[in-house]
Amino acid sequence: MALPTYEEVIAKWDPVLGLEVHVELNTQSKMFCSCATEFGAAPNTQTCPVCLALPGALPVVNEKAIESTILIGLALNCKIAPYSRFARKNYFYPDMPKNFQISQYDEPICFDGYVDVEIETEEGAKQFRIEIERVHMEEDTGKSLHVGGATGRIHGADYSLLDYNRAGIPLVEIVTKIVPGTGKYAPEVAKAYVAELRDILRGLKVSDVKMEQGSLRCDANVSLKPIGSDVLGTRSETKNVNSLRSVERAIRGEMIRHAELLNDGKKVKQETRHFQEDTGLTRSGRSKEQAEDYRYFPDPDLVPVTPAASWIEELRASLPERPSLRRKRLKEEWNVPDKEMAAMINADVLDIVEATVLMGADPTKARTWWLGEISRIANEKELPIAELAITPAHVAELVELVAKGELTDKLARQVVEGVVAGEGTPSEVVAKRGIKVVNDDGALMAAIEKVCAEQAETAEKVRGGHLPAAGALIGAVMKETKGQADAARVRELLLGHLGH
Amino acid sequence: MSSLSRDDVAKLAGLARIEMTEAELVELSSQFGLILDAVARVQEMDLSGVKATSHPQPLENVARPDVVHPSLSPEDALSGAPAQEDSRFRVPQILGEAE
Amino acid sequence: MINKTAAQMAEALAKGETTSVELTQAHLDRIAAVDGQVKAFLHVDTEGALAQAKDVDARRAKGENLSPIAGIPLALKDVLVQKGVPTTAGSKILQGWHPPYDSTVVSKLKSAGVVIMGKTNMDEFAMGSSTENSGYGPTFNPWDLTRTPGGSSGGSAAAVSSFQAPLAIGSDTGGSIRQPAALTGIVGVRPTYGAVSRFGLIAYSSSLDQAGPFGRTVLDTALLHEVMAGHDPKDATSINAPVPAVVAAAKSGDVKGMKIGVIKQLQGEGYQKGVQTRFDESLQVLASLGAEIVEVDCPSFEYALAAYYLIAPSECSSNLARFDAMRYGLRTGDVDGASAEAVMSATRDAGFGREVKRRIILGTYALSSGYYDAYYGSAQKIRTLIIQDYAKAFAQADVLVSPTAPTTAYKIGEKVDDPMAMYLGDVATIPVNLAGICGMSLPAGLADEDNLPVGFQIMAPAMQDQRLYQAGAALEAALLSKWGAPILSKAPELKGAK
Repeated sequence: MALPTYEEVIAKWDPVLGLEVHVELNTQSKMFCSCATEFGAAPNTQTCPVCLALPGALPVVNEKAIESTILIGLALNCKIAPYSRFARKNYFYPDMPKNFQISQYDEPICFDGYVDVEIETEEGAKQFRIEIERVHMEEDTGKSLHVGGATGRIHGADYSLLDYNRAGIPLVEIVTKIVPGTGKYAPEVAKAYVAELRDILRGLKVSDVKMEQGSLRCDANVSLKPIGSDVLGTRSETKNVNSLRSVERAIRGEMIRHAELLNDGKKVKQETRHFQEDTGLTRSGRSKEQAEDYRYFPDPDLVPVTPAASWIEELRASLPERPSLRRKRLKEEWNVPDKEMAAMINADVLDIVEATVLMGADPTKARTWWLGEISRIANEKELPIAELAITPAHVAELVELVAKGELTDKLARQVVEGVVAGEGTPSEVVAKRGIKVVNDDGALMAAIEKVCAEQAETAEKVRGGHLPAAGALIGAVMKETKGQADAARVRELLLGHLGH
Repeated sequence: MSSLSRDDVAKLAGLARIEMTEAELVELSSQFGLILDAVARVQEMDLSGVKATSHPQPLENVARPDVVHPSLSPEDALSGAPAQEDSRFRVPQILGEAE
Repeated sequence: MINKTAAQMAEALAKGETTSVELTQAHLDRIAAVDGQVKAFLHVDTEGALAQAKDVDARRAKGENLSPIAGIPLALKDVLVQKGVPTTAGSKILQGWHPPYDSTVVSKLKSAGVVIMGKTNMDEFAMGSSTENSGYGPTFNPWDLTRTPGGSSGGSAAAVSSFQAPLAIGSDTGGSIRQPAALTGIVGVRPTYGAVSRFGLIAYSSSLDQAGPFGRTVLDTALLHEVMAGHDPKDATSINAPVPAVVAAAKSGDVKGMKIGVIKQLQGEGYQKGVQTRFDESLQVLASLGAEIVEVDCPSFEYALAAYYLIAPSECSSNLARFDAMRYGLRTGDVDGASAEAVMSATRDAGFGREVKRRIILGTYALSSGYYDAYYGSAQKIRTLIIQDYAKAFAQADVLVSPTAPTTAYKIGEKVDDPMAMYLGDVATIPVNLAGICGMSLPAGLADEDNLPVGFQIMAPAMQDQRLYQAGAALEAALLSKWGAPILSKAPELKGAK
C-alpha cells in the first residue's frame, strides 16, 4: 500500500504532540565545575576532575545557571518551586563520565507554564496555547567521534573517540504537556512553538540558541488518535531534530508513518526514532534489550535549591518584553510593512534598530541604514552586524547629520565606511576625512556654468523645456564637486540658470 | 522471607553493568534472602507522616559564581586513559544509541 | 623517637632537637622493619615523604610560621586522592591510577607541612569492617597478627598502633574510623558531616562519608583534626563555619558538671562481656571526675543498621558507576570486536571484589522502580527518626556514650563469608553517620577474656566536635593514671622491631 498523503492522514487522524526542548545555557563556566564552555575548543582542553568524573571529584552548581533557568521559567509563565532538588538519572553510556546524569526528577525548579503561539493559515492568523509541564536543570554529555565503518555513524564503527569538553555544559529541558487540538496544523504549531521559544530565550540572553550548533535541540513526541476519540495513541519520540524546518518535517513525516501503520491495522511501537536531515524521514533507534530503569534518587552531593521569593520577584521584574508582543508593538509604532519587519527579524537587527530609534533617529531611516548599507558591509566582512565598530549612537548621529543637510546620502555612506574602519564617530570621520557638503552657491554656480559650457547641446535642450535631460547635467556637476554638493540645491540652481 | 531469584540478580547485574558467572548469580541470589530480610526491617515502623532525610545537614542554596578556572591540561586529563588517540579517549565500539 | 606522641615530636622539632627528615626516616625504617607483617601500607612514598620533610625543615630554618604539626609524618588512607601518587581505594579497578589532582584534605596537609609517607590499606571502596575486602590482601592487627584490625580504615589504624606513623587519616561511613581505632587501641574521630571536605575523597556513600583523624592520644588526634577540617567551596555539602576549638578542648579535658548520656539501645545483649565491663568501668571513672551519668532512650536505633545497609549500597551503586574502563583505571576484555558495553561489564566484574558487587547489586535493587519507596524511601525516613532520637537525647545530655564495637578484634576469615555477622559489628557506630553528627573512639582498656583493646565511643551534636575532645581527654588522663602507662605499651613486640 502506498504512503497516505498528508491530506488523507488529517482527514482520518488527529495528532497529539509533546515537545521536549534542550537548551544549552550560555554561562561562562559549566553546570557543576569551573571549566570553560567555549564551542569548538581543542578536544579535552575544557575538562577537569569533576566533568571527567575522576574518583573523588564533587559537583558544585553554577549560580548563574539557576538564575537563567528561573528566568526561562518566568518567561514561560511557570511557577517557581520554593524547594527543588537535583536527582541522579542512572544509566551507562560512554559519553557520560559519571554514568549518571545530574538532572531533576520529581522536584523540577519550574512547572505549570504556557506559551501562546500564532501561525498564519489560509483562514487568517490562529493562536494556540502550548502548556508547559516543567522546566528543569541538567547537564550535557560529551561528544563521540565514531571511527571506521563506512558512514562515520555509530553503527559499524570500529571504535569511538571521546571528547568531554561538552560534558557538564548546563542544559535546561523544557517539556510541554501533551498538545492536543492542533489538527492539520500540528507541524506548523510545533515549528512556531520552537521558534517562539528560541526568540524568548534569545531575548533573555540566556543561550546562543543556535540549532545548528546544538545549543537548542528538540525531541518531538507524536501520536495519532482517530478524529473524535479521547483515547491517546502510542507515541514515538523523534530525536535529533535540529532546525526549525526539521521540526515541521519530522512531525509531518511521523504523522504519515503512524497513519500508514494504523491504516494497515498495525501497531505503532513506542520507541525512540532519529531524524535524518537528508531524507526527512526518521529511523528506528536500536531497541533496548530491556526498558531502562533510571533509578532516580536525590543527588546527595548537592543541596536543595530554595530561591527566595524576593529574588524571584526581582528576576520577574527584570524580564524583557515578550518577543511576539514586542514585534507587534514595534511594527505599529514604526509603521513598518510586513515584509520589512520580517527582513529585520531575519537579519536579527530589531534590537539594534530599536536602540537607534531610542536615540532619536527616524525609524525608517534607522532601519534603512542597518538593513541596507551596514548589513551589506557585515556580509562582505563575514561578521555578525553586532561585531562591527558602528553602534546605534553612530547611526543616530549619521541620520541627524543627513537631516540637517550636512551630509548627503552618498557622503553618509563614506562616513559609515570610516566609522566601521574604526576612525571614530561620524563627526570625527567627517572632520578627519574633510567630507562636507558643498553649499557655497558661488562654487556651485561656477561648476554649473562650466558643465553647461562643456555640454552646451544638453543645456540647450533643458533651456528649451526638456527637463529630464537635466539629470545628466546634475550628475556632471556632482562629479565636478566630488559628490560633496547637495543634489537638490544643484538642481535648483541649474534650472534657475537655464531659465526655469 | 524475602528472596531474589537468580534471574532477578542477573537483571540487576545487567543494570549495574557487571558481568557475572552462573556461580556468582546463584551465590548472590542465595545470600540476598537473609540480607533483604534484615534490611526490610525499615518497613516495620509506622513511617506515615515522617519526612525523608537525604542530607544529614540542613544546607540549602550552595552554589558557585559563574567564573572560569583553568582546566586540566589535556595530558593530565588523558593521563589515566586506557587508550587514547588525537587527544581523545579511545573506547571500544559503542552499541547502544545515546539517550 | 617513634614511640613519642605527635605533640611531643612537634615540640622536639620546634626546639630543634630533631628534624623532620630524621623523624620521617625513623618512621620509614620502622615501616621497612614491620610492615611486612602488618601490611598497613599499599604504597610507601619514600622519596616524596623525604622531599616534603626536607622542605618543611628548610621552611622552619627560615623562621616561617608553621602549623603545630608541620614536619610530622602521616599515613593516608588510600581513599584520598593525592596528585601523582598511586591511589586505588583498595580496589583492583584503580590499580596503577595516578591522580592528576589533590584532594582538599591533601592540599591542607601539604600546606600545613605534614609529611605524607604513603597510602594505607582499606576495605575496597571502604566497604567492610575488617580490611579483608581489600583487593590487595588484608591488614593484620598489631595486637595479634591472626586478627583483623577492623575496617575499613584498618591500614591507617594498624600503622598508628604499630608506631609506623604517629598520625593517620581514615574515612568513616558507618564506623570505619572509630571501629578500627577501637580494635587497635588508638584514638579515632569521625568529625561532623560537612566539617572535613569530601573533595577528593573517593565516594562510597556520599551522604555518610567523612574523613577524620587517628592518633595515639586525644590531643594528637585534635591537632590533626584542626588541620584537616574547614569549609571548602569545592564541596557543596561542606559547612561554612569555623572549625570547633578541638585542640583547646583536648588540652582542657574537663567533665565536671558535664551530662553524659548512656544510650540504652547500645549496650548489654550482643556486646562481649569484656567490652561491656571496660565500658561500665569508664563510666564510673567519668562519674568520679564529676560528670553526671544519665540514661537516654533512642528506640529507632534498632532500625539504624537496616537503614544504613539500604542507603549506603544505594548511593554506592551510583557512585561506583564511573568505574567503567573508559577514562581511567582497569580495562579488560578489550579484544577485537568487543563492544564498549561488554568491556565495561567485564572490567567491572574483574575489578570489583565480592563485597563491592554485593552492595552495588543490593543498591541497584533498592533504587529500582517499584522498590524505591519500600526500601530507599523508608530508609531515609528511618534516618529522620534517628535524627529526632538524637535531638531528644542531646536535650538531656551534652555527650552520649556507648561501646564503640560489640566485640574486640576477631580472627581473619572468621566473618568474611557471613556478611550479616560482619554488618552487625557496625551497630553502635552507624547511627552517628545516619544523623551526620560526630563521634570518637578512645581506648577503654583490654577485655579480660582476650587481652585485646576495647573502644569507648563518645558522640556529640553536629559541629560540637570539641565536646568529644573535652570528655575524651578527661577520660584518657584518668585511665592513664590508673594504668600507669599507655595501653599500646601492653601490645606485643612485633618481630623485626628493634
